[in-house]
Amino acid sequence: MATTLFKYTKGMHRVDTSYCPGCTHGVAHRLIAETLEEMGMLGDTIGVAPIGCAVQAHKFLNVDMCEAAHGRAPAVASGIRRVHPDKLVFTYQGDGDLASIGTAEIVHAAMRGEKITTFFINNCIYGMTGGQMAPTTLIGQKSTTSQDGRTKEQAGSPIHVSELLATLDGAVYIERVSLATPGDIRKAKKAVRRAFEVQQKGLGFSLVEFLSTCPTNWGVTPPDAMKWLQENMLPQFPLGVLRSPEEVK
Amino acid sequence: MADKVLMKGNEAFAEAAMRGGCAFYFGYPITPQSEIPEYISRELPKRGGKFLQAESELGAINMAYGAGAAGGAVFISSSSPGIALMQEGISFIASAEVPLVALNVSRGGPGIGGIQPGQADYNQVTRGGGNGDYKVPVFAPASIQEAVDILYGAAELAKYWQNPIMVFVDGIMGQMMEPVALPEQKPFSKPEDIRKERPWAITGYGEDDGSKNVVKSLRMQPDDLERHVEKLFAKYAIAEKELVSVESEGLEDADIVLVAYGTMARITKEAVQLLSARGIKAGLLRPISLWPYPYAEFEKINPEAKAVVSVELSMGQMVQDVKIGVAGKFPVGLINRTGGMIPTSLEIADRAEKIFKEGV
Repeated sequence: MATTLFKYTKGMHRVDTSYCPGCTHGVAHRLIAETLEEMGMLGDTIGVAPIGCAVQAHKFLNVDMCEAAHGRAPAVASGIRRVHPDKLVFTYQGDGDLASIGTAEIVHAAMRGEKITTFFINNCIYGMTGGQMAPTTLIGQKSTTSQDGRTKEQAGSPIHVSELLATLDGAVYIERVSLATPGDIRKAKKAVRRAFEVQQKGLGFSLVEFLSTCPTNWGVTPPDAMKWLQENMLPQFPLGVLRSPEEVK
Repeated sequence: MADKVLMKGNEAFAEAAMRGGCAFYFGYPITPQSEIPEYISRELPKRGGKFLQAESELGAINMAYGAGAAGGAVFISSSSPGIALMQEGISFIASAEVPLVALNVSRGGPGIGGIQPGQADYNQVTRGGGNGDYKVPVFAPASIQEAVDILYGAAELAKYWQNPIMVFVDGIMGQMMEPVALPEQKPFSKPEDIRKERPWAITGYGEDDGSKNVVKSLRMQPDDLERHVEKLFAKYAIAEKELVSVESEGLEDADIVLVAYGTMARITKEAVQLLSARGIKAGLLRPISLWPYPYAEFEKINPEAKAVVSVELSMGQMVQDVKIGVAGKFPVGLINRTGGMIPTSLEIADRAEKIFKEGV
């Protein structure tokens, strides 16, 4: 008798995504979609898409969604949460959206302990606009606005948003995960589940930072992008749980 | 009719919006409207609504967008520089066709300007302010009662048109007290009823996974975006006919016509009486809706009138609409103060008399 080893999740629409080969947005999407399906929450979830490559996440994720202006997703989600106190509400944001233009919104949503979950895609670069320097761009990393590599003197050092947010009382669950290897992806999925459970239990704000790839704008092949992430991003952005409440440990 | 109570403008506006069904408020402190978030923070939770103080006006307008997209009836308020910060969100909300009730208690500008009353936001509120092709209906009441009546109906209007509705008053209106009759509290919607009442809202689709909703403004294909904007403008064309609102007196036999809105219309009304005592028949045209602007009302003006004069607390912003309404038939003048300075009825009468005698 045949055993099903893989099946599509109902949490994603059966359409091609707009993401480049080797980009990990699709993986992050599927982890969220599978988790919501397993929790039986697809019909009781409202998502907020950012400005960035994931602006059309609503075309791929099978939940009610809206777009937000650049950086404003946590404010938008806070508004949604006021109207629907019993639904799961999440934002999905890149590093330009969350760590640059949207710093006020993410910090204050976390400070308030908003019962929302944020999925933060950190790939150290602006994707949709064509590879400009992000606040998370590494020292020495080349981008179209740091063509000889980012320098501390000119642009400062990369921002560690998860560590910053973990200092706030309202940010009860913060974990940084990687999407570079199958093992990492399995761990990442557990983090997605825990973040949603923190929200369901009404404990406060939760965030999962996914270390992600952008082979197109990094100028490397998809396999090399996975290596680049491990060799360059992991030392700068160490993985792990930065904050976690007793209830989900 | 309810008994009249003496209320400060800002508190009456807050009360009217809540009684009109606005169950959600997001705001940030700014003079001269801070009594609104203060009053609502105390009163709205008692009625089952939600108040949230935002980190900025950017935060507030985007919370309002989220709550509106989720099917909530939302009220926001701010003052001139704060409204400027909100324009990104207002453009987004108009494109996404999300209902919103917005109130601008305006002050002098440009820049941070001052905190005294002004009408120099006329262009900001009637000409968009945010990017792109969109319109926002704007109402400019001249008394606290009129503001209460407009705000009370604004949530329904916003829901019907699926668009922001802006109420535009100056700081005098926010800070002064007048007797008002308050209408009855309308019930707030329950979360479980929202999808029936607003079938486009993002609520979570429940068991029925065939009816997923998306609220958005991005359209990457130019033909798709053009179609969307044309659809919005077909809606605005109907609104332009249905929402126009104006009050006028003595236009048919006027020697001179004064055009004024909001508080300035009240001061100008007194100037009309002063002019009458001097033997000059002055008409008053008071636009209540600033978009759509009551251009047709100008057709009632006596063909023998010497001039049509815009009276406003700005360097001459509404006067551009007056010129469109006049359509070259009369000389157009301007009586104005700015920066928070308020002309007396005597000053307006004197300047109008001078225009009447010497031309614009």
